[in-house]
Amino acid sequence: MDTKSIVYIALFAALTAALGLMPPISFAGLALPPITAQSLGVMLAGSIAGARRGGLAMVLFVALVAVGLPLLAGGRGGLGVFAGASGGFLLAWPISAAVIGFLIGKSSGAGFLPMALKIGFGGIIVMYAVGIPWMALVAGLPLTKAFTIMLAYVPGDIVKVILATIVTRGIRRAYPNF
Amino acid sequence: MLDLYSPGTSPIHRMSPGAKILVMMLGGTGLFVFDSLPIACAAFVCVLALYPVAGLTAKQAWAQIRPLLWIFGIFFALQWWLSGLTVAAFVVIRLATLILLASLVTLTTRASDMIDTITRALGFLRPLGVNPAKIGLAISLALRFIPVLAQITREVREAQKTRGLERSVIATAMPMAIRTIKMADDISDAIESRGYRP
Repeated sequence: MDTKSIVYIALFAALTAALGLMPPISFAGLALPPITAQSLGVMLAGSIAGARRGGLAMVLFVALVAVGLPLLAGGRGGLGVFAGASGGFLLAWPISAAVIGFLIGKSSGAGFLPMALKIGFGGIIVMYAVGIPWMALVAGLPLTKAFTIMLAYVPGDIVKVILATIVTRGIRRAYPNF
Repeated sequence: MLDLYSPGTSPIHRMSPGAKILVMMLGGTGLFVFDSLPIACAAFVCVLALYPVAGLTAKQAWAQIRPLLWIFGIFFALQWWLSGLTVAAFVVIRLATLILLASLVTLTTRASDMIDTITRALGFLRPLGVNPAKIGLAISLALRFIPVLAQITREVREAQKTRGLERSVIATAMPMAIRTIKMADDISDAIESRGYRP
């Protein structure tokens, strides 16, 4: 692995951590749970850094959280997070970033909608596919109930997909042969 | 290094990180294999009793649970409605036990010791082309980048404020992303020009 890849892996792990410093936004009042900007880092890692670097960046981030650094939104970290209800979502981050990177590939000329759909597939569907069964397991809930709880997060995630698409397209225009 | 470690010299602090993780995994699996309320309650009391042994206060134990109270509430209510009070109590107690156990490992182990253990444990992957020195570089770079990125965000925010754009997410996110990538390119050039060969 070349030096540039190592730097990018570190960069996107750090970006995800830095996004956790932003205060959670509640955009629909009390109707929906507040969203954190952190999973935007997962999407950007995949869409900008690519499958391999993006996936490894998230492996690094998850490892740093596991060893006890308080890098998650709200200053949480440590192994306890993985035992909790959202542990599966965290473990899904590397897979999610790798899937996004794989789907987008080098297709820099892709339109807005195709790219948003690819980011949405990796960032929402893949992540929920791992996170929801985990949540159902630790909480002893039927899958359908865990799924219903997560529906409240979908609007916030769609906002993040749109943001990630805009930023990725902007970066690809600024760095055409990225 | 800023981590969640709480300094001390208890037997739990002195256990090797690898042994602690192993015990934690066995305990966690055990809770899912023997799933009954009395066992979960006993495990909860045992784990809680380990906190004073490690020289940790009740306040620190509570701090591990507090951020999750609302999700505990949702689970408890749902389980009560679906399967009754006993199951609801069991599920919440088991979850609390797992979190307290895992947090105990984190609170009694320095992040740097944990990183050393992981890097050493990854040594067996060397034949597959994994280089522990490169992993070490990636870890130290990531930790150094976090404050730098926070600084870049502040600078871009200030610049956009003078243009009246501080509320625009795009006007902040775009320059931030481009500056960050440019910085990464400069840093990798700087590393290479110094002849870095791990």
